[in-house]
Amino acid sequence: MSYWEFLAQNAPRYLDGTLVTIAQFFLSATLAILLALTAGLMKLSRNVAVRWTAGIYIEIFRGTSLLIQLYWIFFVLPLFGLTLDKFYAGFVAVGLNLGAYGAELVRGGIQSVPKGQWEAAYAISMSPAKRMYRIILPQALLNMLPPWGNLMIELLKATALVSLISVTDLMFEAKQINGSTFLSAQAFGTALIIYYIFARLIVTPFMRWLERVMARKLGRA
Amino acid sequence: MEDMSQYPLELTGPDVPMVRFMNVTKSYGALTVLDSLDLDVSEGEMVTVIGPSGSGKTTVLRMLMTLETINGGVIYVDGKPLTHMEKNGVLVPAGPKYLRLARSSIGMCFQHFNLFPHMTALQNCMEGPMQVLGLPKAEARERSEELLSMVGMIDKKDQHPSRLSGGQQQRVAIARALAMRPKVMLFDEVTSALDPEVIGEVTGVIRNLVAEHNLTMLMVTHQMGFARDISDRVCFFYQGKIEEQGAPESLFGNPQRERTQQFLSAVKAAD
Repeated sequence: MSYWEFLAQNAPRYLDGTLVTIAQFFLSATLAILLALTAGLMKLSRNVAVRWTAGIYIEIFRGTSLLIQLYWIFFVLPLFGLTLDKFYAGFVAVGLNLGAYGAELVRGGIQSVPKGQWEAAYAISMSPAKRMYRIILPQALLNMLPPWGNLMIELLKATALVSLISVTDLMFEAKQINGSTFLSAQAFGTALIIYYIFARLIVTPFMRWLERVMARKLGRA
Repeated sequence: MEDMSQYPLELTGPDVPMVRFMNVTKSYGALTVLDSLDLDVSEGEMVTVIGPSGSGKTTVLRMLMTLETINGGVIYVDGKPLTHMEKNGVLVPAGPKYLRLARSSIGMCFQHFNLFPHMTALQNCMEGPMQVLGLPKAEARERSEELLSMVGMIDKKDQHPSRLSGGQQQRVAIARALAMRPKVMLFDEVTSALDPEVIGEVTGVIRNLVAEHNLTMLMVTHQMGFARDISDRVCFFYQGKIEEQGAPESLFGNPQRERTQQFLSAVKAAD
């Protein structure tokens, strides 16, 4: 069987898997961004309890393996009465994990905004909240976009782990196809190419575009 | 603990100064930057602060902007305490909300301009009036455009700071501070980061302000000629204290204290 025949035969399954991976990617990315913003800002709070709460979240989810976190959320939390469907457990685990990395990027991005910007906003009597979202965050965002681009690619690749709790994503389909055809090189090679295309031709160009747009908005282009 | 009952809750009487530093002390750990400073600035007066680096002159402005907290004493603006608020008949250190309101009568321009890079010149000026004072957009725009015209920057109102020279950025920064209609303006070494050939455009704007407006101003500068031209009074700071002060003609022309003489001749030699 030629590769083209293999592809024609299995295309629908790869397509299904890819769609699930895309859904997992967008949902976990959204969750990661929200968590990163929240925890990153909390880390800069003057309140010790708030700072610690964020610190504990970051430590736990950055300091332990994503696979174990995934298993915990899917297999262990039900023992405590919290049962998540595998699809939800998948993107929640990935989002929580990558959000912890993102939180440090948010914190660093905010701290990299020059002190003079805080002082100028203070000098016109801006409230702390307005100062943050109107003056500091827009500048911090531009500073942290390049590392966020990396993180998004990490996140895409991390979603492959959700196949281990039987979410029918691209990786899961590839394993199934391998199991029924025994054509490992083709089965996993195709998945590899799809992941690569997604990362290289969609995620990266999108992040670059976002950087350009933001730079223009900040008058740095 | 300092006995706060010695400080009045409010300044009253016929000549309440616009700004009064009363017994103000500032220290960082063991290092005392300002030692029991007493300084009055009258309404409409232009006071220039000069002195060697580390003499505490920039700290004076930063304390007045409440960017630095003080360790002792009280600062009053327009008769009301700035750094403190009344609680049960005595003054206690001001909380953030009180400070935000109290400092709105003070505007400041910085050495490095600190314009918001993601906003145009006009947006920089409109930000405070709209977001802090709650002015409608049209009114904020009108006020900002008027000020940008005054500082000669109306042609560049839609440019971002990165497209402007240092002198142009500083002029926009002056307009931004004035858009808040402050009673007191602070200029912290506003020409120090500028190329020599553009210093004049910024000092020109300040000259106009002095000539045409009744603003109370405090300025820290190294431009001695400029200070001499426009100040009503010059204060020479040395080691956290006012070593000597007076009208510019007398302080520059006939300094009494040895430290002042040394400083002025060193500055002259450097020019």
